[in-house]
Amino acid sequence: MPGPGSGQGLKDATAIVGIGQTAFAKHLDEDERTLACRAVLAALDDAGIDPGEVDALASYTMEETDEVELAKAVGLGDLTFFSKVGYGGGGSCATVAHLAAAVATGQATVGVAWRSRKRGSGPRPWTNTAVQLATPGQWTRPFGLLRPADEIAMLARRYMHEYGATRDHLFNVALACRNRANQNPAAVMYDRPLTREMYMTSRWISEPLCLFDNCLETDGALACVVVSAERARDCRGAPVYVHAAAQGLPAQHHGMVNYWTDDPLTGPAWTAARHLWKHADLTPEDVDVAQIYDAFTALIPLSLEGYGFCGRGEGGAFTEQGALEIGGRLPLNTGGGGLSEAYVHGFNLINEGVKQLRGTSTAQVPGAATCLVTAGEGVPTSALLLRN
Amino acid sequence: MLEPVTDTDGAPFWAYAARGELRVQACAGCGTLRFPPRPCCPRCRSFDTEWRLVSGRGRLWSYVVPHPPLLADYAAVAPYNVVLVELEDAPGIRLVGNVVTRAGAPLDSVPPGRVRIGARVQAVFDGSGLPAWVLERS
Repeated sequence: MPGPGSGQGLKDATAIVGIGQTAFAKHLDEDERTLACRAVLAALDDAGIDPGEVDALASYTMEETDEVELAKAVGLGDLTFFSKVGYGGGGSCATVAHLAAAVATGQATVGVAWRSRKRGSGPRPWTNTAVQLATPGQWTRPFGLLRPADEIAMLARRYMHEYGATRDHLFNVALACRNRANQNPAAVMYDRPLTREMYMTSRWISEPLCLFDNCLETDGALACVVVSAERARDCRGAPVYVHAAAQGLPAQHHGMVNYWTDDPLTGPAWTAARHLWKHADLTPEDVDVAQIYDAFTALIPLSLEGYGFCGRGEGGAFTEQGALEIGGRLPLNTGGGGLSEAYVHGFNLINEGVKQLRGTSTAQVPGAATCLVTAGEGVPTSALLLRN
Repeated sequence: MLEPVTDTDGAPFWAYAARGELRVQACAGCGTLRFPPRPCCPRCRSFDTEWRLVSGRGRLWSYVVPHPPLLADYAAVAPYNVVLVELEDAPGIRLVGNVVTRAGAPLDSVPPGRVRIGARVQAVFDGSGLPAWVLERS
C-alpha cells in the first residue's frame, strides 16, 4: 500500500477506521456539544483508538462545538492540525479530505472529523433576518427568494425546462432514499413508506419542488476517524481507504444562487469530479454504490451528470427503471440519505459509505468495493472516492 | 418586507434604482459587465468601474413559486412568483425579481400561470427602490 513519501499523493495513503453516530430524531434532548462528544467517542471506540491519541480535528465552519470544547471534553491529546471547511453541506467530504492530507503529509497521525447539529429542534437558518449576507442576500431576499429550497428550485425549474426532466424523475430520487430508509432502523423515516401518490399530492414548498423534494430537519451527530493506511491495519475493523478526494469551487461560481455565470446548470460537482477522477485508478463505471448529497432531490440529476455517470441533461432519465435502487445501475444513499435517514449536513453519507465497504449496511450492495461520497452540490463542494 | 442589506460594492445599484434607473456595474478598463458588483474586474483586474445604464428589457430564464413556511410578510402574499430575468443587453447577467401587473403592485398580482420561461419582461420602478418586472404584450 503506497504511503507517505511514495509519490502517490493521497491515493490510498489513509483510511477511515472508525465511525460513530448518535440517534437521529426531529428532537433530541441533549445539546449539540454533548451529541458531538458522543459521536466522536463512538467513532474512536469503533476504531479501537484511545481519545488521547487524537492529534487532528476537522469539521464545518457552521459547526458550533469548537475544537477547544470538544478536545477538552473527551480528553483528546495535543492537537497539531485542525481545520474547518465552509459552505455548509459542501464541506462534508472535505473534512475527511483535510484529515487525509494532514495524515499523509505527516502533520498528524489520528484525525477525527465530525458534525453535530440540532437542525430539527433549532431555528431554520433562513428565518434569521438580523444576519444576512450582503452578497448575495441583497440581490435575492427582498424579492422573496428566502430559503435554500427557493434558490435550488430556480435551477431545478430551468433544468426541467431545458432537458425535459420531470417530477417523476425527482420522485425516483425521493423514493430510492425512502426505500433505503425503510430498511434502516436508525433512519428517521424507517417506518414511513413513500408512494407516488403521496409525492404527487403533497404540498408545494417552492414550485417545482414539493415537500418530498426537501431533506429532513434532524437532530444528530456523526464522526469518523482517519489514520494512515499503515496504522489502519492495526485497527479494530477493516479499513476503508480514501482512494481520492477533491474540493470544488469553479471559476466564477457563486454559491447556491449560481445565477450569474454563463452556465448555472454546471456546478461545483464538475470541478470536484475532474480532480477526483484524474487522481483515481477508477472511473464512474467502477463505482458500486454512491452516497450523493441530497438536501434536495434536484441535486441528484445534476450530480449524476457532474460526476460523470451520464451525459449533460441525462440525469433525469438516469433515474428511470430503478437505477438508483439496490440492484440498479447505481444504488443511491443506501442509509436513506438526507431525504429520509437524517439531515446532518451530509455526514451520514460518509458513514454510510464506510458501512457499505465494510459490508455492514442495512441495505448492503453485494460485494461493494468502491463508493463515491459527495457533499452539497450548488455550493462549493467536496467529494471522496472510497474503496476497501 | 425585507430591504436590501447592501454593501460598498452594491450600494450604487440601489442608489440608481431609487432614481428609477437600472444600471449594471462595468469595468472602466475593458468594459466587461459584472454582477453582483465587486471591487475589481475578473477579466483585466482593473479597479476602475462605471455603472452602465441598461434597457431594462429581458426574458425570464427561470422562476419559482414559493409557498409557506415563509417570513410573515411573504407568507401573506404567497403563493407569489420569483423570477430570474436574463438581461437583453447583458446575457449572463440574471436578476432576481418579481413579475407584477404594474409598478408598485403586490408580489401576487400576476396569476402564477401567466409566468413562463422565455417571456419578455420590462423593468419598472415605483419609487420603493426595488426594480420590478412587467410582462411585455405578446
